[in-house]
Amino acid sequence: MALNRRTFLKAAGLTTLAGVAGHAAMEFLAPGELEAALSSQVGAFPEALTAQRWAMLIDTEKFTTMQMYQRCIDACHVLHNVPDIPGDQEIKWIWTDSFKHTFPDQQHGLLPERIKHQPFLLLCNHCDNPPCVRVCPTKATFQRDDGIVMMDMHRCIGCRYCMAGCPYGARSFNFWDPRPHINEIDPYYPTRMKGVVEKCTFCEDRLAKGQIPACVEVSEGALIFGDLENQDSEVRRVLRERYSLRRKPSLGTNPHVFYLI
Amino acid sequence: MYNASKIIPGLLIFLGLVTFPFWSNLGRAAYEAPELVMPESEEECVESGEWMRANHMMLLDDWRDLAVRDNVRLYSNEMDKRFDMSLTKTCLSSQCHANKADFCDRCHDTMAIVPHCWDCHVVPSIGEE
Repeated sequence: MALNRRTFLKAAGLTTLAGVAGHAAMEFLAPGELEAALSSQVGAFPEALTAQRWAMLIDTEKFTTMQMYQRCIDACHVLHNVPDIPGDQEIKWIWTDSFKHTFPDQQHGLLPERIKHQPFLLLCNHCDNPPCVRVCPTKATFQRDDGIVMMDMHRCIGCRYCMAGCPYGARSFNFWDPRPHINEIDPYYPTRMKGVVEKCTFCEDRLAKGQIPACVEVSEGALIFGDLENQDSEVRRVLRERYSLRRKPSLGTNPHVFYLI
Repeated sequence: MYNASKIIPGLLIFLGLVTFPFWSNLGRAAYEAPELVMPESEEECVESGEWMRANHMMLLDDWRDLAVRDNVRLYSNEMDKRFDMSLTKTCLSSQCHANKADFCDRCHDTMAIVPHCWDCHVVPSIGEE
């Protein structure tokens, strides 16, 4: 069959018209049928804790025993199925280190004995200007409106740029399937799989249900959590009264974990 | 036709390969939807059963993105019944599809589908696999 250009263009035009008209007719006769829309709705839990800017204070004077640190660490790691892997492949959401390593810009030879020998509780700083978010190629890590730097494990491709970007060592990589290294798996929190990066999320899943972060809950007041934008919040009140340090502020990341000295 | 001795056998071989799925399945048992074990105590799913059968994967995908990325975790269905948007806390809870092997896996296995959900999410009733 000889099909000249004129016939072809006519047929193509008619086909397009039929397609468009068919959809329009469907929309007119049975609206919404094509997309099969549901009238369901989504929202937040009414009891959810919300803030304009979440922040945490760590009262270093109240950490008097090693058990206090361990209680905070265990509460977090048990709840979030963080595996216990020794050595340089360890995975940690919250951990401790010396003053020298925590505040490398602040050390000198004449520090008080308490400061010199005391461990400091470390976790993700939920920076205002997070380098990890900036370097993530898949937006697997992102910053929420309330300041929490979140991980979307479904998107993480395990490139570890965020680990290179984070100046606080707050991120850990799963070199192996973590499940064999978890003592008792909490079924209501997912484990991770091989090849993703994980870190503290300020217990955003607990906040959504109206609970404060697990470490704060067991800290007996040594950790204070609240809204930094709210003038009347406890974090603002304590920051007005006590001197505080932040880790490596000169890097410009604007961390939101404050250490009360 | 030029080169018919090559073109016609070539076409026959091509047709044979293209129709492979049809003739290789001739005489085999037709697909039958597997028998699913339904929850005992709960009658109603998040949406109607028919809708869920076709769309549960999209629903779970939406739940996942809304919960993780938008911090939206409460789902109200057409009957205004509320659900926590969570695979483990809602779908796989003890009142509902606690037995993954008798519900999720039956269809997924028959259809040779391997969802990645359980790489990380744990089925509460059976723990890790």
